[in-house]
Amino acid sequence: MKKLLSLLLFSLSLNVFASGGAELQSADIDLTDKVSLQRGAKHFVTYCLGCHSAKQIRYLRIANDLGLDEKHVLKDIAPEGAGIYEQLHSAMNKHDAEKWFGTQPPDLSLIARSRGADWLYSYLKGFYADKNRPFGVNNAIFEDVSMPNPLWQLQGEQQPIYEMDGERRVLEKLVSSSAGTQSPEEFDKTVNDLVNFLVYVGEPVQLERQQMGKYVIFYLLIFLVIAYLLKKEYWKDVH
Amino acid sequence: MNLKPTRLRMCGNWVLDRFPLAQVWNEHMAHYYAPKNFNFWYFFGSLALLVLVNQFVTGILLTMNYKPDAKLAFDSVEYIMRDVNWGWLVRYMHSTGASAFFIVIYLHMFRGLLYGSFKQPRELIWIFGMLLFVALMAEAFMGYLLPWGQMSYWGAQVIISLFSAIPVIGDDLALWIRGDYVISDATLNRFFAFHVIAVPLVLVLLVFMHIVALHEVGSNNPDGVDIKKSKDPWGHPVDGIPFHPYYTVKDVVGVAVFLLFFATVIFYMPEMGGYFLEHANFIPADPMKTPEHIAPVWYFTPFYSILRAIPDKFAGVIGMGGSIVVLFLLPWLDRGKVKSIRYRGGIYKKALMLFVISFIALGYLGTQPVTPLATNMARIFTAIYFGFFLLMPIYTRWEKLKPVPSHITMQPTLEERIPELKAVFDEVTLVTEGENAKRGFNPTGAKNVLVRTAKNLKKSLD
Repeated sequence: MKKLLSLLLFSLSLNVFASGGAELQSADIDLTDKVSLQRGAKHFVTYCLGCHSAKQIRYLRIANDLGLDEKHVLKDIAPEGAGIYEQLHSAMNKHDAEKWFGTQPPDLSLIARSRGADWLYSYLKGFYADKNRPFGVNNAIFEDVSMPNPLWQLQGEQQPIYEMDGERRVLEKLVSSSAGTQSPEEFDKTVNDLVNFLVYVGEPVQLERQQMGKYVIFYLLIFLVIAYLLKKEYWKDVH
Repeated sequence: MNLKPTRLRMCGNWVLDRFPLAQVWNEHMAHYYAPKNFNFWYFFGSLALLVLVNQFVTGILLTMNYKPDAKLAFDSVEYIMRDVNWGWLVRYMHSTGASAFFIVIYLHMFRGLLYGSFKQPRELIWIFGMLLFVALMAEAFMGYLLPWGQMSYWGAQVIISLFSAIPVIGDDLALWIRGDYVISDATLNRFFAFHVIAVPLVLVLLVFMHIVALHEVGSNNPDGVDIKKSKDPWGHPVDGIPFHPYYTVKDVVGVAVFLLFFATVIFYMPEMGGYFLEHANFIPADPMKTPEHIAPVWYFTPFYSILRAIPDKFAGVIGMGGSIVVLFLLPWLDRGKVKSIRYRGGIYKKALMLFVISFIALGYLGTQPVTPLATNMARIFTAIYFGFFLLMPIYTRWEKLKPVPSHITMQPTLEERIPELKAVFDEVTLVTEGENAKRGFNPTGAKNVLVRTAKNLKKSLD
């Protein structure tokens, strides 16, 4: 019933996320997969934190939630010099960002909640070569985005294939034109880990919340039975 | 018998000699006689009170860590969600409670339409209720600005700019409300003040008056008959039972069912697919970036749809305001002589059905981007919405009423209907014979049940 209800509501709300033309690929989100989250955290610090902060989460929280040792987080994941109680701040200053990219890179703490996991997954896989853009890349999901592709070494380069739809030129698909250091399967996994981590960062408490929900609902069911029996007892002589 | 008063009892008596606690309790609970045939629709009054208390308690807890400052507000909400102990639970209870409040109130108001609870002598209860509804909308609207996300910001921007459509004073009025030329820190601070102090005080006062007015004339019921007409030798209504304990224990069952739904949302789908917490509201407010699609939260969308359906901006504002004002006039628009829908004519039933459809459709269209088709649909449904109310003085006169019983009637409870439901189940299924007997689907039985249901539905609309 619960599943049915949420399915119904989600099918009603699909339009809320929809923006931009291309179809989204679905990310495989599993927050119980701690190893994937740990890899995602590492990728985030390596490839994203240079420009984007995630200022709503602390290294300590990541250590606790991902089952990592504090020292391990500082040594293996956090950039050098970061403290365990610190939030994930970026080293790039706003003024420089404005100068280099024409805009400030957004904080990514809640990006998974505003964009959705599938959008992020498709976006990160959607960069293609475009000579007209300042960084030589454009994006199939977010047209004319001012962000370069931070994962280009892993993915290699993609070329767009266009199709004519009447007068308009429509992007049909992307094909790899030069291989990266990772195979397509490895790259999908890297992006998926990263998105998994971003979904976690969006709401770190979500696993705990769902686990707690079971007990609350179980308690309420017992309460309902007792309340109903009490009502029946009181009402048995009302006709 | 020697009853030696205990110290506790003496203290109690000291208070009771000086304060009419027993009298108040008896008047409003233990000796307040309510009709004994209340059905499903009568749970929502007590549930509204429960949600109000929930909003108060969680709201007070939220103010302890929330910062009403344009620079800090967004981050302070995330601080509550992440760093404050149980902050996420308190915040989700508050955000889900806001939507739950409107669900409960809409159902509560619909009950009034079903059973004529707004009719003489309960007009004032309806008026207080409508004032409560308006205060609740103000409370929700101002509360929605506080998280300072993109939708908070631009939603408020759109709604407050509506005031500037008023001729002559419009622009100055909008400026005065905002305290700035755009939504800004000044607006956030005053909305915070209204949201946590001013409007809640009004709400409490109105709830008090709503209940006092109700207890003066007594509750209506699904049959719409006056239970005070026939009393037993002790002066109690024959068809009534004391509110406490009968309806207190019954309402506890309603509370349990409500909390099951409430907890499911809080723990498993707090965003409700973007309806309770909009996705764009997880982006901090940015006065320089207008979102592509600005939609208010779901509970305002029927009225927002009416606003958008009307081509002229000022006329749209009048239309939106009018769609709420017209509800106040309901007791005088309805000329039907009978209260309950059970004994009203088919024309009211059909009109009410059309109204419900148009209200839901307007609500849906309000969440969608504008297209020519959607606008035309919204215009048709807006016409039906207003038609339901404004044509009421005419069509309620044509009603062919059914005879109203002198006493209330008792409908079978859900438990008493189990055999009936089982019979229907047996009819639509077929047990195959043989060694491994299995239940299968029976198409002819299902067809019969469907035809019968359709016939009953048609008959109930006459």
